[in-house]
Amino acid sequence: MDQRSPTQSSTSAASAETWSHPSDQPWRRFLLTNRAALGSLAVFLAMLLMFTIANPVVFTNWTLYASVLTTLPVAIFLTVPLVFIVTVGEIDLSFPATMGCAAWAFALVVQAGYDPIIGIAAALVTGAILGWFVGCLVVKGNLSSLIATLGMNFVLRGIILIFTEGKSISLPSLSDSWVFQLFSSELYGVPVQIYWAIAFTIFSMFLYTRHRFGVHIHIVGDNPDSAAQMGINVNRVRIGAFIFVGIGAAIAGVFSTMINFTWWPTSGDGYLLPVLASVFVGGTPTWGGIGTVLGGAIGALTVSFIQTGIVGAGLSGFYVQFFNGLIIILSLLGHRWNQIRYR
Amino acid sequence: MTERLIELRDITKSYGNVYALGGVNLHVDKGEVVGLLGDNGAGKSTLIKILAGAVKPTDGEILVRGKSVTGWNAARSREAGIETVFQDRALAVQQSIVRNIFMGNEQGNRLGFLNLKHEIAEAGRLMREIGFTSKVFTPNSIVGQLSGGERQGVAIARAIYKQADLIILDEPTTALSLTETAKVFHFVRQVRASGRSILFIGHNIHHVYDIADRFVVMDRGKVAMQISRDKVKTAEELIWFMEQIAHPEHKSQNAKEPALKRKAGKL
Ligand SMILES: Nc1ncnc2c1ncn2[C@@H]1O[C@H](COP(=O)(O)OP(=O)(O)OP(=O)(O)O)[C@@H](O)[C@H]1O
Ligand SMILES: [Mg+2]
Repeated sequence: MDQRSPTQSSTSAASAETWSHPSDQPWRRFLLTNRAALGSLAVFLAMLLMFTIANPVVFTNWTLYASVLTTLPVAIFLTVPLVFIVTVGEIDLSFPATMGCAAWAFALVVQAGYDPIIGIAAALVTGAILGWFVGCLVVKGNLSSLIATLGMNFVLRGIILIFTEGKSISLPSLSDSWVFQLFSSELYGVPVQIYWAIAFTIFSMFLYTRHRFGVHIHIVGDNPDSAAQMGINVNRVRIGAFIFVGIGAAIAGVFSTMINFTWWPTSGDGYLLPVLASVFVGGTPTWGGIGTVLGGAIGALTVSFIQTGIVGAGLSGFYVQFFNGLIIILSLLGHRWNQIRYR
Repeated sequence: MTERLIELRDITKSYGNVYALGGVNLHVDKGEVVGLLGDNGAGKSTLIKILAGAVKPTDGEILVRGKSVTGWNAARSREAGIETVFQDRALAVQQSIVRNIFMGNEQGNRLGFLNLKHEIAEAGRLMREIGFTSKVFTPNSIVGQLSGGERQGVAIARAIYKQADLIILDEPTTALSLTETAKVFHFVRQVRASGRSILFIGHNIHHVYDIADRFVVMDRGKVAMQISRDKVKTAEELIWFMEQIAHPEHKSQNAKEPALKRKAGKL
């Protein structure tokens, strides 16, 4: 046999050429990696353009945007962590009740006369513990997160209602504290909560793509078996995602209580569907492994804007649901082209 | 006396009432290449998954550098200096090449933030080393876009990055072309030359015969034979041994026939 066997040791080393590829150019890389987020931005801008054409007077006036910016931060603090949980291949429908519980803890502490910063700490701890509990229930109990978290949402809301008997807590003293200045005043005519929401989004973007936690979220959502074979603690990553949702919900609860000076037992209830929609309008696919934090934030902006926008455009409030649904479906169709699922 | 890197004692593994492994003893010494052979379903992959910590044994003991370990799992296995190329490659195909190469071994600072620049440079170096011929791909390319052999290359690159003491290769060359296969064997020799060990599973007995120092043949969840390289003169003899294990009834019929002649007749 004169045929050379591959096991013979004489093998030439691979030639070391320098590699270059069009996608290595920074701006093309940026476009490629952020195409889902950019798509969401395009949806938002198209919607804005539509509204402006329909009613140029209202949509060139700042007051309309100011009212959107008041409700937007709460939505962002709920949507961004939800991108993490969808990426890891789970879903959390218990965040509205977690938000209610965490805000309840905040309200009780402030009502008892403590500094609101202690209230915020209490809310964060409550959110994290509830997130951990829900996560353990799903992961250790090996339950479907869709059903289990839906159940937890009812259970937690039920607990609130049982204990408060539906009574709200008003916190008029809140406006005197330095915490209120820091988290709920205005800066340059914009609610200061917007700056916190932007900071949170940027921090989460780094967490999502440049931190071990976010990277493990991607891998576990992509292929949990591979992740486990490579020594990643799959359960811990999943529970971590639930804890992150709990923390986001706690901040959202505190912020919304600060805006209203009142905690209601229904706090968080209305956010379930709009926030879920925001994640997917933002360009994160349903199957896990990939997603976009920036897109999620833009999705939250889009969804928050629809309601204000439709009324501002001169349509009656009866149109809100119809256009809400239309935007969701159109953006899902739009995201089809950049959501390639590799197997 | 060479240093015993890893040892498995009386490992059993049952799936329900099916025994994939029924009491296996195996050891790998420092600086040796062990070839693990056996029919499909013999339990080779199950055995190495236990070594890699990906599967928990039903019973048995694992010793690393002479010390019995408890709570063995995949992370512990990698910490102990064992890297594995699994038969199914264990990739996350929606992620980039660099993310797959550093899967579970992300390079970053103490706060957990990654050093992407370093990772991408290292991934590029590894890709050149294992000879990615298509220049279209960069470390940021998505693994799902790669061909089967290229994906396998990513899994191999991941295993060689850490300079591990023991590298387990479960059929590493099945999807590879001749050139790529040659690179894998070249790499196996390099590892041995540097005093580290390899556990190699393969179905091409000629290849395994060429590179391994010792052969372990498995049959239906048991180690049927262990023989060192110097006791086997040719690959044909090894094949004949394996046939004896698979079809022991032939032995009595053809006992007087010389091994090599019988072998030649069969091929
Ligand atoms: N997860 C599992 N559940 C049930 N049975 C399993 C499982 N994994 C392996 N087995 C069984 O264990 C036995 C050994 O499988 P294993 O994958 O170790 O074989 P192998 O020697 O690697 O074969 P091949 O050469 O085909 O890769 C097989 O009979 C298989 O059916
Ligand atoms: Mg196998």
